[in-house]
Parts: sequence; C-alpha cells; structure tokens
Amino acid sequence: MLASLTTLLVFQLAGEVVPRGLGLPVPGPVLGMLFLFVALVLRGGPGHELKTTSQNLLQHLSLLFVPAGTGIMIHLHRVADEWLPLLLSLLISTAATLVVTALVMKLCMRGQTAPGEAP
Amino acid sequence: MTPQLNEIWVYLSASPLLGLTVTLLAYQAAFWLYRRSGMNPLANPVLIAVTILVLLLTLTATSYETYFAGAQFVHFLLGPATVALAIPLYMQFRRVRTMLVPVLAGLVAGSLTAALSAIAIARLFGASLPTQLSLAPKSVTTPIAMGIAERIGGIPSLTAVLVIVTGILGAVGARYIFDAIKLRDPAIRGFAIGVAAHGIGTARAFQVSEQAGAFAALAMGLNGALTALLLPLVLNWR
Repeated sequence: MLASLTTLLVFQLAGEVVPRGLGLPVPGPVLGMLFLFVALVLRGGPGHELKTTSQNLLQHLSLLFVPAGTGIMIHLHRVADEWLPLLLSLLISTAATLVVTALVMKLCMRGQTAPGEAP
Repeated sequence: MTPQLNEIWVYLSASPLLGLTVTLLAYQAAFWLYRRSGMNPLANPVLIAVTILVLLLTLTATSYETYFAGAQFVHFLLGPATVALAIPLYMQFRRVRTMLVPVLAGLVAGSLTAALSAIAIARLFGASLPTQLSLAPKSVTTPIAMGIAERIGGIPSLTAVLVIVTGILGAVGARYIFDAIKLRDPAIRGFAIGVAAHGIGTARAFQVSEQAGAFAALAMGLNGALTALLLPLVLNWR
C-alpha cells in the first residue's frame, strides 16, 4: 500500500515537473499517467500491490469529485442568473459529445474487424 | 445550544477534521442509496453527496472555505487517482491497439464537439463571456479543466462545478442515449462516456464493466491532454 502510493505520487510529481521545465501546457496528472503506462509496458505489467492499491483508489473515484462539486455553493448567484443557458449548454453539449464520439468510432470500425473478435 | 455544546461546535467547525469526516459520511450515505437502487444511474452518488453537503453547510452557516480546509485531503487524491488509471489502461491495451483509428477519430470529434457546442449554445441563449469560457473545458477532468479555464479567461472555480455537473449528466444519461441509438460495444460506450463525462463517467463505466472503465479512463486522459493543447489555440482564432 505504502510503496504503491509512493509510486503513484512519484509519477505524478514527474508529470508535474517535466512540462514545467520544458514550458509545455500538458496537465501533470495526465502526463504522470502516461509515464506510468510506459513504465508498465517496459516492466511487463503492474505488480500485485500496485494493482490492488489502484483498484482501491479507483473503486471510489466518484468520492474524489465531491469536494469540488460542493463548490456550487459559492456560485449559486451566477448559476441562478444564468441557469437557462447553463442548463441547455450542459445538457445538449454532453448528449451531443456522447453521440458524436460513439458514432464516429462506430463508423471507423465498420469494415475493420479485429482479429479473433466477433464484429 | 448549551454553552458547552456551543464551545465544542466552535472548536470543531474550525478544524479540518469535520470537513473531511462529513465528506466521507455524506458519500457513504449516497453510495448506500446508490447500491440500494441497484446502481441506477439516476441515483448518482456524487449528486446525492453534494446535495447532502450543500444542505448541511447552508443549515449550519459554514463557509465553503472552512469546509474545503478539511475536504481538500479528498480532493488531493484526484491527482494520484488519475495516475493510477494507467493500470486498467495497460490491462486493456491489446484491445485498444486494434482500435487505434476509431479511438483517435472519436477523440478529436468528441473533444471539439464538447468544447465548441458548449460555447455556441451558451452564447445562443445569452450567457456572459466569462460563463461561456468557463463552460468550454466542461468535459475535461477537474484539475485539468481548472487550469484551462484560467488560461482562456474563464472562472476556474465555476468551471470545477460545471465539470462535476457535466460528469453527473453524462453518467446519468449515457445509458439511455446509447440504448436509444442501439450502441452496444462496451469499448465504444466506455470511450464516449470518458470523452464526454471524464472521471465521473469513468467511475460509472467501471461499475458497469472493467472494459468500459478502461476505455473511459483512456478517453479521459487523452481528452484532458488534447483539450489542454487545442482549446487555447482554437479560441485564439476567433
């Protein structure tokens, strides 16, 4: 648990430091994920401990969004003033994103069947 | 309140312990309800937990800053959790490799749709410019979206809230939308939900299947990186 949590933090730190040093606008945690992914490919997979820790952390991923979500308190005024454009924008845009992403992928997969997979 | 209780309250409300504890309690209550509903997407645990906390803080006249002093310990874990997404991604890598073209095409199309349609619709219905710009990175996971909002002239803390609402909407609605357009492949469903609804969508996808979750995690990471790179450039063209 301790070792694998340290591993995650070290990769996050690397992800934060490298783009700052190079002046790139890439977000740290995402780059950290990429670094860890490359390390896993090189090492041939995660150890048992790292696997368990990440499963525990990801099992309650939604918990981690609760503090930021509660921040709606301090924006109640703006939300009340502009609720209609906000609501329509979020609803329509989120639905459109789901549909566009899924249909574009489906279109690209037509005629392309992965080896050994049912179409 | 009696003077003694009052004293305890004054002490507790100033300590980070309370904010942290109520966050965990509210989430566990919300998750219990979600389980009881048979993991119905409408009973989204983030939505329920946030509602409980906002009511609680309003009733006790506690400021968000005071609350966040404790809740920040939970918020901090978003970083390592994002890094940990590399592990399910690795596990599904073989399937991802066979789908490289659809994945990249879906990513670019979805990423642009998410940002540009949000701005366009908000503008159409008369939202102010800072609100429009705060909406632009709404489909990107919280820490990245806040950074983008800051760079393009939005309000980072408003963006954080809009990101969460987007995630909840995506996690709640995705199943119905995919069923309506008869889309069954768990890899595509997962990827689309990750592009549109970042970590909250990813959390939901993991509860449905490991494969959908891994594709959602991949989509969330790629969309975070792509939006961070593209959005400032696209908005400069105007």
